[in-house]
Amino acid sequence: MLRDLVRDRPRMIVTAECPSMDGGSVADLGERIARIAPYVDAMNATDNPAAHAHASNLATAIALAQLGVEPLMQLVCRDKNRIALQADVAGAALFGITNFCALTGDDVTAGDEPEARRVFDLDGPQLVSVLAGMGRGTYLSGRTFHPPGEFLVAAVENPAAPPLDYRAERARLKVDAGASLLQLQICYLPDRLADFMAATVRNGAAARAAILPSVCLTRNARALTFMDEKVPGIHVPAATIARVAGAADPAEEAFVLVRELAAHALSLPGVAGLHITDFRHDGSVERLVRELRIGPVHDPSIAATGEMTYAHHG
Amino acid sequence: MPGLLPLVEHAVKKPVWDCRMCGQCVLHSTGMTCPMTCPKTLRNGPCGGVREDGHCEVKPEMRCVWVKAHHRAATLPLLPASWRAEVGHLRPPVDNSLQGTSSWRNLVTGRDRVTPAGWQGVEH
Repeated sequence: MLRDLVRDRPRMIVTAECPSMDGGSVADLGERIARIAPYVDAMNATDNPAAHAHASNLATAIALAQLGVEPLMQLVCRDKNRIALQADVAGAALFGITNFCALTGDDVTAGDEPEARRVFDLDGPQLVSVLAGMGRGTYLSGRTFHPPGEFLVAAVENPAAPPLDYRAERARLKVDAGASLLQLQICYLPDRLADFMAATVRNGAAARAAILPSVCLTRNARALTFMDEKVPGIHVPAATIARVAGAADPAEEAFVLVRELAAHALSLPGVAGLHITDFRHDGSVERLVRELRIGPVHDPSIAATGEMTYAHHG
Repeated sequence: MPGLLPLVEHAVKKPVWDCRMCGQCVLHSTGMTCPMTCPKTLRNGPCGGVREDGHCEVKPEMRCVWVKAHHRAATLPLLPASWRAEVGHLRPPVDNSLQGTSSWRNLVTGRDRVTPAGWQGVEH
């Protein structure tokens, strides 16, 4: 269980983003994650990422659980008010889902329906507190809720966006509010990540929550340029893009870049694992975790018993 | 009289802070920067979308409200130390039923400090 890994931290934790579904079946989802799921401890059931409508967080979380993959169900503040957010948590709980991750969420203007009404009835830290409250057995109103098990409440933080000296403080605020796992925004600036991690070690957030920096597996420089220009809060230095663009084998260089960023992140004090977004769909997740020797395939206890948490094979 | 006070408050606070009349003013704890002017109305710090130049994800021409708030909470003259410290506190969800009412009245009556029964907040 992800919750146990977060609490005990016997090894580096690995999580990954679940691909978004626009149609297709649960079996199709199983095929899409077949080259990721065996190498990670849990997958994020995303909530309309980048403000684009997709199969919902709740349905995706249930589907992942049915496929034998532990879900971490994201909840963003952009699309739903406090009533609907709590209803989604209660609904997920019906299916035994107890891992939740609170995000503010990209603005509607980041998506393909910028004319949509934005909600933001709660903000990220408030949602963390509401999730922790439900885990303790009460809705925000004070009414009783019966969680099916201990909740794992997660949150996110961007280590590299201004105001830089506020980010670690905000991470600690989310930990104070009840988060025990923090997934960081994808970061192409190793120095900023190092500064952020050092600050979370100093303020105690890294000791009280498992912090997972994120990397994004892409195939080419065009994808890096897209992230730099289109994804809010992500800055990719021009030299990094040029390095991939100018390589003899850009796809290989893009992988090597991510491996370097990940190895640096994992070397930082306070880091408890890695979160991976995979846009390559070519087995790079397996290659990355094997070369870095992290995640369930390098878990001594699992290797000893031969158990795998991932049961689905199409 | 009940209708007059919000008008007076708005007349004073709109030109200075672009007050949105949320009825539960937290200016003192946010470096005298109104968090309701954030396009996402975030009351607990900046979102992850702040641009490299410190400007807003939603309105590129606008400096991020929380970049300003964090800076001002540390540097604005005459702010009491207790107000400066409060910038990092967890503020409860907005009570939308107070929209349009006078935060001055709600401060005096204590109405602005009423939170939902299940709100646990954080010890500061």
